[in-house]
Amino acid sequence: MSVNLSEESAQVSAFELKGSTFTLPLLKLLVPDMELVSGQLAHRVEQAPDFFRNTPVIIDLQSLASGDTGVDFPLLVGLLRGYGMIPIGVRGGNRSQNDAAHAMELAILADGRPPKSERSSSSKTTERSSRPETTQETVVVSATAPAAGTEAGSRMITRPVRSGQRVYAPVGDLVILSQVSSGAEVLAAGNIHVYGALRGRALAGVKGNRECRIFCQDLQAELVSVAGNYRISEHIEDSKRGKPVQIYLKDDALIIDEL
Amino acid sequence: MTRIIVVTSGKGGVGKTTTSAAVAMGLAQRGHRTVVIDFDVGLRNIDLIMGCERRVVYDFINVINGEANINQAMIRDKRCNDLYILPTSQTKDKEALTRKGVGKVLDELSESFDYIVCDSPAGIEHGAKMAMYFADDAIVVTNPEVSSVRDSDRMLGILASKSRRAENNQEPIKEYLLLTRYCPQRVKQGEMLHVDDVQEILSLHLLGVIPESRSVLSASNAGKPVILDEKSDAGDAYADVVERYLGQELPHRFLEVQRKGLLGRLFGG
Repeated sequence: MSVNLSEESAQVSAFELKGSTFTLPLLKLLVPDMELVSGQLAHRVEQAPDFFRNTPVIIDLQSLASGDTGVDFPLLVGLLRGYGMIPIGVRGGNRSQNDAAHAMELAILADGRPPKSERSSSSKTTERSSRPETTQETVVVSATAPAAGTEAGSRMITRPVRSGQRVYAPVGDLVILSQVSSGAEVLAAGNIHVYGALRGRALAGVKGNRECRIFCQDLQAELVSVAGNYRISEHIEDSKRGKPVQIYLKDDALIIDEL
Repeated sequence: MTRIIVVTSGKGGVGKTTTSAAVAMGLAQRGHRTVVIDFDVGLRNIDLIMGCERRVVYDFINVINGEANINQAMIRDKRCNDLYILPTSQTKDKEALTRKGVGKVLDELSESFDYIVCDSPAGIEHGAKMAMYFADDAIVVTNPEVSSVRDSDRMLGILASKSRRAENNQEPIKEYLLLTRYCPQRVKQGEMLHVDDVQEILSLHLLGVIPESRSVLSASNAGKPVILDEKSDAGDAYADVVERYLGQELPHRFLEVQRKGLLGRLFGG
């Protein structure tokens, strides 16, 4: 995940081909039983529907790779799509599973580790990948699993965010220890904390999480938004300007409270 | 180690070329071998400000294109032996500045100079990006008004992301704020931003404040960097700037309204 600094390119090229790293949710299948998966997934999506909307998902098959367990990919893909997710690939599967996934036009992602033969799937529900590659956050389909953690994707910025710069934390919180200049934009799927003056735009909960908040030391923002509910500078009360505040949603209304 | 200094601003007309000429002259006067390069291809200026426009044979672009070597293109200043000027082309297109070509010229100059001052064109286009790409230090020239401050802020963002140092994950470019055309009288009347406000918005190390002065224009017209004008407060302020850049701590002058004495008021300043 890199800081996204948008800049006009000086040369006129049609495209650039680049490698990039993304943090994606990982759906780790622990049982091949699609009915069980379906029921628990429905429950999970109900808790945070916005989190899953249009979210690319990788299916992890490591726990099922040992036996010759068949996975009903057409059903699984349909299920995920039905909840708004975009399944893009699998990893850690055995040969026949990979072939089946390939038939569903899922990408087969390389996995550094050889599939382990024995895995205690009931006790170890959450497991973070040790590889720095595509996956850091784990969504586990299991009744006992804790809620998907967000700290894995949090970003911290120590230098000022200048006019024309854009910093985006696609997963988790965004912490800025310096100022955000007028004409700059900071976005996060989670909360935003600004410990300098906030003079630019701040958008928290950009993936729809309505519980997210913006915290800042000195509110002079051009625009603040939580989960798409925004307020422009003109509509921020003078009494709140220059103050340390928190901004959050309450019944569809954006509340600005002094801290 | 050679230091490459870019003098930049985003906005035009704020005093980049005046500053480049003054700083380059100031460094050379103190015994540092210095070259000042004009990056404003097509709007050649530094040779005029330095008063060497009649001695230009080859230019920066000729050197990049391999049509001349660096020693043929550089002009030695007549007032200071340690100062050289590398003028730019008035006729060529700015696309002639290639990253590879500029890098090669700067590498060559680094072998024999202590300081390379790059006078950036206005804007955030190709020429400005080329001028800043190789920089070690940046002097961001700003006028005390909101649009200039915002443009400088934008420039600082580009400096932080589009430089050789940023791309190689080296220590970032050292950024300095230089406030020019400052008029304490107008600040007092609320027509201009106060130096503290500008510094708060940009949160940068303040290298100096250059007062608005008639001597700047007359010095430019005479082809003489204003730092050589010992009777001018702008010249004095630039001398302080050079000293501060070299590490001396000096108090900032010319921030308050100057009270004229009775004779001064009678006869005009």
